[in-house]
Amino acid sequence: MPFARTVAVTLAGLALAGLAHAAQPQRGAKDEARAREVIRASFKEKGQAGLDRLEQDEVQAACSRTPGQGPLPAAAAKKLVAAQQATLAYPADGKLMGDWKKGEQIAQSGVGKQFSDDPAKPSGGNCYACHRLSKQEVSFGTLGPSLYQYGKVRGQGEAMQRYTYAKIFNPQAFTACSTMPRFGHHAILTEEQIKDLVALLLDPASPVNQ
Amino acid sequence: MTRRSIGPALLLAAAALAPAAHRAQEEDATAAIARYRELLQDGNPADLWEARGEALWQEKRGPKAASLEGCDLGKGPGVVKGAYAELPRYFADGDRVMDLETRLVHCMGTLQGIDAAEATKQKFGAGDKRSDLEALAAWIVAQSRGLPVRVALAHPKEKAAYALGERIFFYRGGPHDFSCATCHAQSGKRIRLQELPNLTTPADAKRAFATWPAYRVSQGEVRTMQWRMNDCLRQQRFPELVFGSEGSVALITYLARQANGAGMDAPAIKR
Repeated sequence: MPFARTVAVTLAGLALAGLAHAAQPQRGAKDEARAREVIRASFKEKGQAGLDRLEQDEVQAACSRTPGQGPLPAAAAKKLVAAQQATLAYPADGKLMGDWKKGEQIAQSGVGKQFSDDPAKPSGGNCYACHRLSKQEVSFGTLGPSLYQYGKVRGQGEAMQRYTYAKIFNPQAFTACSTMPRFGHHAILTEEQIKDLVALLLDPASPVNQ
Repeated sequence: MTRRSIGPALLLAAAALAPAAHRAQEEDATAAIARYRELLQDGNPADLWEARGEALWQEKRGPKAASLEGCDLGKGPGVVKGAYAELPRYFADGDRVMDLETRLVHCMGTLQGIDAAEATKQKFGAGDKRSDLEALAAWIVAQSRGLPVRVALAHPKEKAAYALGERIFFYRGGPHDFSCATCHAQSGKRIRLQELPNLTTPADAKRAFATWPAYRVSQGEVRTMQWRMNDCLRQQRFPELVFGSEGSVALITYLARQANGAGMDAPAIKR
Protein backbone atom coordinates (compact mmCIF):
# COMPACT_ATOMS: atom_id res chain seq x y z
CA MET A 1 0.00 0.00 0.00
CA PRO A 2 1.79 3.10 -1.18
CA PHE A 3 -0.47 5.21 0.99
CA ALA A 4 -0.32 3.28 4.23
CA ARG A 5 2.08 5.82 5.64
CA THR A 6 -0.16 8.67 4.56
CA VAL A 7 -2.67 8.06 7.29
CA ALA A 8 -0.01 8.44 9.94
CA VAL A 9 1.15 11.76 8.64
CA THR A 10 -2.25 13.25 7.82
CA LEU A 11 -2.57 14.67 11.30
CA ALA A 12 0.86 16.27 10.97
CA GLY A 13 -0.27 17.67 7.63
CA LEU A 14 -3.39 19.14 9.13
CA ALA A 15 -1.32 20.73 11.89
CA LEU A 16 1.02 22.26 9.32
CA ALA A 17 -1.87 23.54 7.22
CA GLY A 18 -3.30 25.00 10.40
CA LEU A 19 -0.09 26.95 10.97
CA ALA A 20 -0.51 28.50 7.54
CA HIS A 21 -3.68 30.11 8.81
CA ALA A 22 -2.17 31.35 12.06
CA ALA A 23 -3.24 34.92 11.25
CA GLN A 24 -6.91 33.97 11.27
CA PRO A 25 -7.07 30.69 13.17
CA GLN A 26 -10.85 30.49 13.66
CA ARG A 27 -11.95 31.06 10.09
CA GLY A 28 -8.99 29.21 8.62
CA ALA A 29 -9.63 26.02 10.57
CA LYS A 30 -13.34 26.11 9.79
CA ASP A 31 -12.76 26.66 6.05
CA GLU A 32 -10.14 23.95 6.07
CA ALA A 33 -12.46 21.39 7.67
CA ARG A 34 -15.35 22.34 5.38
CA ALA A 35 -13.15 22.16 2.26
CA ARG A 36 -11.91 18.69 3.20
CA GLU A 37 -15.46 17.50 3.86
CA VAL A 38 -16.67 18.74 0.44
CA ILE A 39 -13.66 17.32 -1.36
CA ARG A 40 -14.26 13.89 0.20
CA ALA A 41 -17.95 14.02 -0.73
CA SER A 42 -17.18 15.08 -4.31
CA PHE A 43 -15.21 12.00 -5.31
CA LYS A 44 -15.87 8.30 -5.48
CA GLU A 45 -13.56 5.32 -5.66
CA LYS A 46 -12.92 4.06 -9.17
CA GLY A 47 -10.60 1.31 -10.33
CA GLN A 48 -7.40 1.47 -8.33
CA ALA A 49 -8.05 5.07 -7.20
CA GLY A 50 -9.57 4.99 -3.72
CA LEU A 51 -10.64 7.91 -1.55
CA ASP A 52 -7.45 7.48 0.49
CA ARG A 53 -5.76 9.39 -2.32
CA LEU A 54 -7.51 12.54 -1.08
CA GLU A 55 -5.85 12.30 2.36
CA GLN A 56 -2.89 14.64 2.22
CA ASP A 57 0.48 13.90 3.74
CA GLU A 58 2.48 16.77 5.24
CA VAL A 59 4.04 17.74 1.89
CA GLN A 60 0.73 17.81 0.03
CA ALA A 61 -0.93 19.81 2.82
CA ALA A 62 1.92 22.33 3.02
CA CYS A 63 2.13 22.72 -0.77
CA SER A 64 -1.57 23.34 -1.50
CA ARG A 65 -1.45 27.06 -0.82
CA THR A 66 -3.55 29.49 -2.85
CA PRO A 67 -2.01 32.72 -4.22
CA GLY A 68 -3.77 34.57 -1.38
CA GLN A 69 -1.93 32.45 1.17
CA GLY A 70 1.39 33.14 -0.53
CA PRO A 71 4.33 30.75 -0.85
CA LEU A 72 5.36 28.42 1.96
CA PRO A 73 7.46 30.42 4.46
CA ALA A 74 11.20 29.70 4.23
CA ALA A 75 11.45 28.11 7.69
CA ALA A 76 8.60 25.68 6.93
CA ALA A 77 10.16 24.88 3.54
CA LYS A 78 13.48 24.06 5.22
CA LYS A 79 11.77 21.77 7.72
CA LEU A 80 9.84 20.04 4.95
CA VAL A 81 13.01 19.33 2.96
CA ALA A 82 14.79 17.97 6.05
CA ALA A 83 11.85 15.66 6.85
CA GLN A 84 11.74 14.38 3.29
CA GLN A 85 15.51 13.77 3.31
CA ALA A 86 14.83 11.24 6.04
CA THR A 87 12.61 9.23 3.67
CA LEU A 88 15.39 8.57 1.15
CA ALA A 89 16.15 4.88 0.69
CA TYR A 90 18.89 3.59 -1.61
CA PRO A 91 19.17 0.14 -3.22
CA ALA A 92 20.45 -2.52 -0.82
CA ASP A 93 22.86 -3.92 -3.42
CA GLY A 94 24.59 -0.55 -3.72
CA LYS A 95 24.13 -0.46 -7.49
CA LEU A 96 22.53 2.73 -8.79
CA MET A 97 22.91 2.44 -12.56
CA GLY A 98 20.60 0.16 -14.53
CA ASP A 99 19.92 -0.14 -18.26
CA TRP A 100 19.43 3.15 -20.14
CA LYS A 101 17.44 1.38 -22.89
CA LYS A 102 14.83 0.31 -20.35
CA GLY A 103 15.08 3.79 -18.86
CA GLU A 104 14.13 5.35 -22.19
CA GLN A 105 10.98 3.17 -22.32
CA ILE A 106 10.06 4.18 -18.78
CA ALA A 107 10.62 7.85 -19.65
CA GLN A 108 8.29 7.50 -22.65
CA SER A 109 5.44 5.73 -20.85
CA GLY A 110 2.67 7.78 -19.28
CA VAL A 111 0.58 4.92 -17.93
CA GLY A 112 0.13 4.08 -14.31
CA LYS A 113 -1.98 4.92 -11.24
CA GLN A 114 -4.89 6.45 -13.18
CA PHE A 115 -8.27 4.88 -12.42
CA SER A 116 -8.33 3.90 -16.09
CA ASP A 117 -4.99 2.03 -15.84
CA ASP A 118 -4.50 -1.67 -15.18
CA PRO A 119 -2.80 -1.83 -11.76
CA ALA A 120 -1.18 -5.15 -12.69
CA LYS A 121 0.96 -3.45 -15.33
CA PRO A 122 4.08 -1.47 -14.43
CA SER A 123 3.84 2.31 -14.30
CA GLY A 124 5.86 4.60 -16.51
CA GLY A 125 7.76 7.66 -15.37
CA ASN A 126 6.34 9.88 -18.13
CA CYS A 127 9.53 11.97 -17.94
CA TYR A 128 9.07 13.32 -21.49
CA ALA A 129 5.73 14.85 -20.46
CA CYS A 130 7.71 17.54 -18.63
CA HIS A 131 11.39 17.26 -19.61
CA ARG A 132 13.49 17.30 -22.74
CA LEU A 133 15.80 14.29 -22.53
CA SER A 134 17.19 13.00 -25.82
CA LYS A 135 17.79 14.95 -29.00
CA GLN A 136 15.70 12.52 -31.04
CA GLU A 137 12.46 12.92 -29.10
CA VAL A 138 10.93 16.23 -30.20
CA SER A 139 7.65 15.64 -28.35
CA PHE A 140 8.71 16.75 -24.89
CA GLY A 141 7.12 19.05 -22.32
CA THR A 142 8.55 22.09 -20.60
CA LEU A 143 7.11 22.02 -17.08
CA GLY A 144 10.48 20.76 -15.87
CA PRO A 145 13.98 21.80 -16.95
CA SER A 146 15.72 20.29 -19.97
CA LEU A 147 17.75 17.23 -18.98
CA TYR A 148 19.47 16.91 -22.34
CA GLN A 149 23.18 16.12 -21.76
CA TYR A 150 22.46 15.77 -18.04
CA GLY A 151 25.31 13.33 -17.44
CA LYS A 152 27.68 14.86 -19.94
CA VAL A 153 27.53 18.17 -18.09
CA ARG A 154 27.54 16.81 -14.54
CA GLY A 155 29.68 13.68 -14.77
CA GLN A 156 28.87 10.08 -13.88
CA GLY A 157 30.60 9.64 -10.53
CA GLU A 158 29.08 7.89 -7.52
CA ALA A 159 28.01 11.12 -5.83
CA MET A 160 26.15 12.12 -8.98
CA GLN A 161 24.51 8.68 -9.20
CA ARG A 162 23.34 8.94 -5.58
CA TYR A 163 22.00 12.45 -6.08
CA THR A 164 20.16 11.49 -9.26
CA TYR A 165 18.65 8.36 -7.69
CA ALA A 166 17.50 10.35 -4.66
CA LYS A 167 16.09 13.19 -6.76
CA ILE A 168 13.87 10.75 -8.68
CA PHE A 169 13.01 8.86 -5.48
CA ASN A 170 11.85 12.01 -3.70
CA PRO A 171 12.34 15.49 -5.22
CA GLN A 172 10.78 17.06 -2.11
CA ALA A 173 13.97 16.08 -0.29
CA PHE A 174 15.71 18.79 -2.32
CA THR A 175 13.09 21.35 -3.35
CA ALA A 176 10.11 22.13 -1.13
CA CYS A 177 6.84 21.90 -3.08
CA SER A 178 8.54 20.70 -6.27
CA THR A 179 5.94 19.83 -8.91
CA MET A 180 7.71 16.54 -9.68
CA PRO A 181 6.18 13.33 -8.31
CA ARG A 182 7.97 11.38 -5.57
CA PHE A 183 8.47 8.31 -7.74
CA GLY A 184 10.19 6.13 -5.16
CA HIS A 185 8.62 7.44 -1.97
CA HIS A 186 5.11 6.85 -3.37
CA ALA A 187 6.09 3.57 -5.06
CA ILE A 188 5.13 4.80 -8.53
CA LEU A 189 8.33 3.27 -9.88
CA THR A 190 10.29 0.30 -8.54
CA GLU A 191 13.89 0.44 -7.40
CA GLU A 192 14.86 -1.30 -10.66
CA GLN A 193 13.03 1.27 -12.76
CA ILE A 194 14.64 4.21 -10.96
CA LYS A 195 18.06 2.62 -11.58
CA ASP A 196 17.19 2.43 -15.29
CA LEU A 197 16.30 6.13 -15.27
CA VAL A 198 19.58 6.97 -13.53
CA ALA A 199 21.34 5.15 -16.38
CA LEU A 200 19.27 7.03 -18.95
CA LEU A 201 20.46 10.29 -17.42
CA LEU A 202 24.08 9.38 -16.68
CA ASP A 203 25.29 6.56 -18.96
CA PRO A 204 27.69 8.01 -21.57
CA ALA A 205 26.03 5.72 -24.17
CA SER A 206 22.52 7.04 -23.40
CA PRO A 207 20.88 9.27 -26.06
CA VAL A 208 20.54 11.89 -23.32
CA ASN A 209 24.32 12.39 -23.40
CA GLN A 210 24.87 12.44 -27.16
CA MET B 1 -3.86 7.84 -22.70
CA THR B 2 -5.13 11.18 -24.00
CA ARG B 3 -1.81 12.79 -23.21
CA ARG B 4 0.05 10.40 -25.46
CA SER B 5 -2.47 10.67 -28.28
CA ILE B 6 -1.68 14.28 -29.15
CA GLY B 7 -1.99 13.16 -32.72
CA PRO B 8 0.49 10.82 -34.36
CA ALA B 9 0.11 12.69 -37.66
CA LEU B 10 0.90 15.91 -35.93
CA LEU B 11 4.01 14.51 -34.29
CA LEU B 12 5.21 13.15 -37.58
CA ALA B 13 4.61 16.51 -39.20
CA ALA B 14 6.56 18.20 -36.41
CA ALA B 15 9.39 15.68 -36.68
CA ALA B 16 9.63 16.00 -40.45
CA LEU B 17 9.85 19.74 -40.19
CA ALA B 18 12.45 19.76 -37.45
CA PRO B 19 15.95 20.87 -38.43
CA ALA B 20 18.92 20.17 -36.20
CA ALA B 21 18.72 23.28 -34.08
CA HIS B 22 16.73 22.78 -30.88
CA ARG B 23 15.13 26.24 -30.94
CA ALA B 24 14.03 25.85 -34.55
CA GLN B 25 12.63 22.42 -33.67
CA GLU B 26 10.44 23.88 -30.98
CA GLU B 27 9.23 26.71 -33.19
CA ASP B 28 8.39 24.31 -36.01
CA ALA B 29 6.49 22.02 -33.65
CA THR B 30 4.47 24.98 -32.41
CA ALA B 31 3.82 26.16 -35.98
CA ALA B 32 2.71 22.68 -37.04
CA ILE B 33 0.26 22.55 -34.16
CA ALA B 34 -1.06 26.01 -34.96
CA ARG B 35 -1.59 24.93 -38.58
CA TYR B 36 -3.37 21.75 -37.42
CA ARG B 37 -5.67 23.83 -35.22
CA GLU B 38 -6.36 26.20 -38.09
CA LEU B 39 -7.35 23.32 -40.37
CA LEU B 40 -9.70 22.00 -37.69
CA GLN B 41 -11.71 25.22 -37.68
CA ASP B 42 -12.97 24.43 -41.17
CA GLY B 43 -15.96 22.45 -40.02
CA ASN B 44 -17.23 21.57 -36.58
CA PRO B 45 -19.29 18.38 -36.13
CA ALA B 46 -20.64 19.93 -32.91
CA ASP B 47 -23.41 21.26 -35.21
CA LEU B 48 -24.90 17.76 -35.11
CA TRP B 49 -24.94 17.75 -31.31
CA GLU B 50 -26.50 21.22 -31.28
CA ALA B 51 -29.33 20.12 -33.59
CA ARG B 52 -30.03 17.04 -31.48
CA GLY B 53 -29.87 19.15 -28.32
CA GLU B 54 -32.45 21.62 -29.61
CA ALA B 55 -34.81 18.77 -30.50
CA LEU B 56 -34.30 17.21 -27.04
CA TRP B 57 -35.06 20.55 -25.38
CA GLN B 58 -38.42 20.73 -27.16
CA GLU B 59 -39.38 17.06 -26.99
CA LYS B 60 -41.97 15.89 -24.46
CA ARG B 61 -40.15 13.20 -22.44
CA GLY B 62 -40.14 11.34 -19.15
CA PRO B 63 -42.95 10.13 -16.87
CA LYS B 64 -44.47 13.62 -16.94
CA ALA B 65 -44.30 13.79 -20.76
CA ALA B 66 -43.04 17.37 -20.58
CA SER B 67 -40.43 19.31 -22.53
CA LEU B 68 -37.57 21.26 -20.99
CA GLU B 69 -38.89 24.50 -22.45
CA GLY B 70 -40.02 25.63 -19.01
CA CYS B 71 -36.55 25.09 -17.50
CA ASP B 72 -35.11 28.17 -15.79
CA LEU B 73 -31.40 28.30 -16.59
CA GLY B 74 -31.06 31.45 -14.48
CA LYS B 75 -32.57 34.12 -16.72
CA GLY B 76 -36.19 32.99 -16.34
CA PRO B 77 -38.14 29.90 -17.48
CA GLY B 78 -37.35 29.03 -21.08
CA VAL B 79 -34.71 31.75 -21.58
CA VAL B 80 -31.76 30.06 -23.24
CA LYS B 81 -30.01 32.96 -24.96
CA GLY B 82 -27.08 34.13 -22.86
CA ALA B 83 -27.87 31.72 -20.01
CA TYR B 84 -24.65 29.71 -20.21
CA ALA B 85 -22.43 32.80 -20.05
CA GLU B 86 -23.80 33.50 -16.54
CA LEU B 87 -23.42 29.98 -15.15
CA PRO B 88 -22.65 28.60 -12.62
CA ARG B 89 -25.05 30.55 -10.40
CA TYR B 90 -27.15 30.15 -7.26
CA PHE B 91 -30.64 28.71 -7.73
CA ALA B 92 -33.05 29.29 -4.85
CA ASP B 93 -35.24 26.31 -5.84
CA GLY B 94 -32.37 23.92 -5.14
CA ASP B 95 -30.64 26.19 -2.58
CA ARG B 96 -27.29 25.56 -4.22
CA VAL B 97 -24.95 26.76 -6.93
CA MET B 98 -25.43 24.84 -10.16
CA ASP B 99 -23.54 24.63 -13.41
CA LEU B 100 -25.31 23.94 -16.70
CA GLU B 101 -25.29 20.17 -16.44
CA THR B 102 -26.40 20.12 -12.79
CA ARG B 103 -29.22 22.47 -13.73
CA LEU B 104 -30.29 20.29 -16.63
CA VAL B 105 -30.44 17.24 -14.36
CA HIS B 106 -32.49 19.33 -11.91
CA CYS B 107 -34.96 20.39 -14.65
CA MET B 108 -35.24 16.85 -16.00
CA GLY B 109 -36.27 15.81 -12.49
CA THR B 110 -38.73 18.58 -11.70
CA LEU B 111 -40.28 19.07 -15.16
CA GLN B 112 -40.03 15.64 -16.77
CA GLY B 113 -39.96 13.35 -13.74
CA ILE B 114 -36.69 11.73 -14.83
CA ASP B 115 -34.66 10.85 -11.74
CA ALA B 116 -31.02 11.92 -11.43
CA ALA B 117 -29.64 8.38 -11.80
CA GLU B 118 -31.49 7.96 -15.09
CA ALA B 119 -30.59 11.46 -16.31
CA THR B 120 -26.88 10.90 -15.68
CA LYS B 121 -26.72 7.25 -16.76
CA GLN B 122 -25.02 8.29 -20.01
CA LYS B 123 -23.46 11.49 -18.74
CA PHE B 124 -20.63 11.18 -21.26
CA GLY B 125 -21.25 9.77 -24.73
CA ALA B 126 -19.33 6.74 -25.96
CA GLY B 127 -19.87 5.98 -29.65
CA ASP B 128 -23.33 4.51 -30.14
CA LYS B 129 -24.23 5.32 -26.55
CA ARG B 130 -25.03 8.95 -27.05
CA SER B 131 -25.34 11.44 -24.22
CA ASP B 132 -28.45 13.61 -24.11
CA LEU B 133 -26.71 15.91 -21.64
CA GLU B 134 -23.82 16.58 -24.03
CA ALA B 135 -26.27 17.34 -26.85
CA LEU B 136 -28.40 19.65 -24.70
CA ALA B 137 -25.26 21.40 -23.43
CA ALA B 138 -23.95 21.87 -26.98
CA TRP B 139 -27.16 23.60 -28.06
CA ILE B 140 -27.59 25.73 -24.93
CA VAL B 141 -23.94 26.86 -24.94
CA ALA B 142 -24.19 27.83 -28.61
CA GLN B 143 -26.94 30.30 -27.64
CA SER B 144 -24.30 32.28 -25.71
CA ARG B 145 -21.89 32.55 -28.62
CA GLY B 146 -20.32 36.02 -28.73
CA LEU B 147 -21.68 37.01 -25.33
CA PRO B 148 -19.34 37.84 -22.44
CA VAL B 149 -18.86 35.44 -19.52
CA ARG B 150 -20.49 37.14 -16.53
CA VAL B 151 -20.30 35.15 -13.32
CA ALA B 152 -21.52 37.64 -10.74
CA LEU B 153 -20.61 35.97 -7.41
CA ALA B 154 -23.43 38.08 -5.92
CA HIS B 155 -24.91 35.38 -3.66
CA PRO B 156 -22.91 34.25 -0.60
CA LYS B 157 -23.10 30.65 -1.82
CA GLU B 158 -21.57 31.73 -5.16
CA LYS B 159 -18.73 33.42 -3.30
CA ALA B 160 -18.26 30.29 -1.19
CA ALA B 161 -18.23 28.11 -4.30
CA TYR B 162 -15.52 30.29 -5.86
CA ALA B 163 -13.37 30.13 -2.72
CA LEU B 164 -13.83 26.38 -2.50
CA GLY B 165 -13.08 25.96 -6.20
CA GLU B 166 -9.83 27.85 -5.72
CA ARG B 167 -8.92 25.55 -2.81
CA ILE B 168 -9.57 22.48 -4.94
CA PHE B 169 -7.55 23.97 -7.82
CA PHE B 170 -4.49 24.14 -5.57
CA TYR B 171 -5.22 20.91 -3.61
CA ARG B 172 -2.39 18.43 -4.04
CA GLY B 173 -3.03 14.74 -3.51
CA GLY B 174 -2.77 11.24 -4.89
CA PRO B 175 0.34 9.17 -5.61
CA HIS B 176 1.75 11.87 -7.93
CA ASP B 177 1.13 14.88 -5.60
CA PHE B 178 -0.66 16.64 -8.45
CA SER B 179 -3.14 19.51 -8.21
CA CYS B 180 -4.78 21.39 -11.08
CA ALA B 181 -2.15 24.07 -10.43
CA THR B 182 0.72 21.64 -11.10
CA CYS B 183 0.02 22.02 -14.82
CA HIS B 184 -2.15 25.14 -14.98
CA ALA B 185 -0.48 27.83 -12.84
CA GLN B 186 2.56 28.64 -15.00
CA SER B 187 2.57 30.46 -18.33
CA GLY B 188 4.02 29.23 -21.61
CA LYS B 189 4.48 25.59 -20.54
CA ARG B 190 3.64 22.33 -22.33
CA ILE B 191 2.99 18.66 -21.61
CA ARG B 192 4.69 16.90 -24.51
CA LEU B 193 3.57 19.23 -27.34
CA GLN B 194 0.29 20.22 -25.72
CA GLU B 195 0.30 23.84 -24.58
CA LEU B 196 -1.07 24.35 -21.08
CA PRO B 197 -3.24 27.34 -20.25
CA ASN B 198 -2.26 29.17 -17.06
CA LEU B 199 -5.74 29.30 -15.57
CA THR B 200 -4.66 31.76 -12.87
CA THR B 201 -4.16 34.49 -15.48
CA PRO B 202 -7.13 36.21 -17.19
CA ALA B 203 -5.86 35.86 -20.78
CA ASP B 204 -5.35 32.09 -20.66
CA ALA B 205 -8.40 31.48 -18.45
CA LYS B 206 -10.60 33.37 -20.91
CA ARG B 207 -9.26 31.52 -23.93
CA ALA B 208 -9.74 28.17 -22.22
CA PHE B 209 -13.17 28.70 -20.67
CA ALA B 210 -14.70 30.38 -23.73
CA THR B 211 -13.90 27.34 -25.89
CA TRP B 212 -15.60 24.69 -23.73
CA PRO B 213 -17.69 22.64 -24.40
CA ALA B 214 -15.85 21.43 -27.48
CA TYR B 215 -15.97 18.74 -30.11
CA ARG B 216 -12.91 16.58 -29.42
CA VAL B 217 -11.49 15.17 -32.63
CA SER B 218 -9.53 12.51 -30.71
CA GLN B 219 -12.77 11.25 -29.15
CA GLY B 220 -15.40 12.00 -31.76
CA GLU B 221 -17.62 13.51 -29.09
CA VAL B 222 -18.72 16.91 -27.81
CA ARG B 223 -17.31 17.21 -24.31
CA THR B 224 -18.51 19.54 -21.58
CA MET B 225 -16.87 21.23 -18.58
CA GLN B 226 -18.01 18.38 -16.30
CA TRP B 227 -16.16 15.99 -18.60
CA ARG B 228 -13.12 18.28 -18.74
CA MET B 229 -12.89 18.33 -14.92
CA ASN B 230 -13.47 14.58 -14.70
CA ASP B 231 -10.72 13.74 -17.16
CA CYS B 232 -8.19 16.21 -15.75
CA LEU B 233 -8.66 14.67 -12.31
CA ARG B 234 -8.29 11.18 -13.79
CA GLN B 235 -4.90 12.23 -15.13
CA GLN B 236 -4.14 13.78 -11.73
CA ARG B 237 -4.51 10.21 -10.41
CA PHE B 238 -7.41 11.25 -8.19
CA PRO B 239 -10.51 9.08 -7.65
CA GLU B 240 -13.47 9.90 -9.90
CA LEU B 241 -14.97 13.37 -9.60
CA VAL B 242 -18.69 12.89 -8.96
CA PHE B 243 -20.79 14.39 -11.77
CA GLY B 244 -22.55 17.51 -10.51
CA SER B 245 -20.95 17.26 -7.06
CA GLU B 246 -20.43 20.39 -4.97
CA GLY B 247 -16.69 20.16 -5.62
CA SER B 248 -17.13 19.88 -9.39
CA VAL B 249 -19.44 22.90 -9.52
CA ALA B 250 -17.08 24.87 -7.24
CA LEU B 251 -14.15 24.16 -9.54
CA ILE B 252 -16.16 25.25 -12.59
CA THR B 253 -17.31 28.38 -10.72
CA TYR B 254 -13.68 29.26 -10.02
CA LEU B 255 -12.66 28.75 -13.65
CA ALA B 256 -15.68 30.64 -15.03
CA ARG B 257 -15.06 33.61 -12.77
CA GLN B 258 -11.38 33.67 -13.80
CA ALA B 259 -12.67 34.00 -17.37
CA ASN B 260 -15.16 36.83 -16.70
CA GLY B 261 -15.38 39.12 -19.72
CA ALA B 262 -14.35 36.46 -22.25
CA GLY B 263 -16.49 36.27 -25.38
CA MET B 264 -18.09 32.80 -25.47
CA ASP B 265 -16.98 30.87 -28.56
CA ALA B 266 -18.30 27.39 -27.94
CA PRO B 267 -18.87 24.64 -28.81
CA ALA B 268 -15.34 24.88 -30.19
CA ILE B 269 -13.32 22.17 -31.90
CA LYS B 270 -10.18 20.76 -30.30
CA ARG B 271 -7.74 18.02 -31.21
